[in-house]
Amino acid sequence: MEIKVLHQVMEWNEDVSAEVRRTLKDHKVCLINVMGSPGAGKTSLITALIARLREEFSIGVIEGDITGQIDAEKIAALKIPAVQLNTDGACHIEAMSIQHILPDFDLDSLDVLFVENIGNLVCPAEFDIGENLRITVLSIPEGDDKVAKYPLMFTDTSCLVLNKCDMLPYFDFDVSRAAADYKGVNPEGPLFQVSSRTGDGVDALADHLAGKIREALAADA
Amino acid sequence: MHELAITQSILDISLQAAAEKHASHIREIRLRMGPFSGVVPECVQMYLDVLAKGTPAEGAKIKVTTVPLKVLCRDCGREGEIDRTHIACPYCGSLRLKRLSGKEFMVESLEVDE
Repeated sequence: MEIKVLHQVMEWNEDVSAEVRRTLKDHKVCLINVMGSPGAGKTSLITALIARLREEFSIGVIEGDITGQIDAEKIAALKIPAVQLNTDGACHIEAMSIQHILPDFDLDSLDVLFVENIGNLVCPAEFDIGENLRITVLSIPEGDDKVAKYPLMFTDTSCLVLNKCDMLPYFDFDVSRAAADYKGVNPEGPLFQVSSRTGDGVDALADHLAGKIREALAADA
Repeated sequence: MHELAITQSILDISLQAAAEKHASHIREIRLRMGPFSGVVPECVQMYLDVLAKGTPAEGAKIKVTTVPLKVLCRDCGREGEIDRTHIACPYCGSLRLKRLSGKEFMVESLEVDE
């Protein structure tokens, strides 16, 4: 005998992400999910963006790591509210964790909440955490083949940031190859070449994000 | 990735559906998944063999139907099937596409003994 079931397997994650989205909308907060490999420069990029966005927006950060407080301490040193989310071994953040951690912030006083996801090019892309925007960070030393090898991370993102571009003279990273692969999987996604260390290109990225944040906050009104 | 948690979820869904129909044993669990679901069926089967021990789903086989990646073109208005590495309308080449299917992952039906 056949039984019809038609039950979404990942439904529990989808459900909570919708709740997170609703909570953030009620409090007019734009959630930005920052993803990339370990060492791609996610924390440094967030730090560089905070410096350029904090005048216009009130910012908070959720620092995802498997263990430890290192990144939250770095952000807190900037006098920005930061909460460390330890996944105790899990390779990605789920909406449920975000939901649990939101009460640690005064959401009414925030405009933007960055979430630094666990360093990983595979799993974070599979989980919707209730974000308005996704930023994928790929650094030059990782190699220009990563877009082709981990397509979902680059398909489901709002923009791709090539970080550590000051390292281009020392690596055989073909920007045009990465850009072409990215265009194949995400035809309308913008690409930014930056160096958080020298600051090159960070202004253009910050301007782009500021526009998107304003749009998101206006849509929430 | 995450096949252990996913398999537990598949098992829970299946056992509940079978219990509602008063089925005694689940022979087959039929899944529907898109190319973007990120799940490895062989892995789900291995975990199921372990997790289902002692339940009515013990020995159940996983059968997978893959859903094509379908898009609706916002320019020419036609629906087409595409490859995940080359995202463009197969008819007019437009990049203004809406994804209609490809990310789904569901338990579609069960083959059971009454």
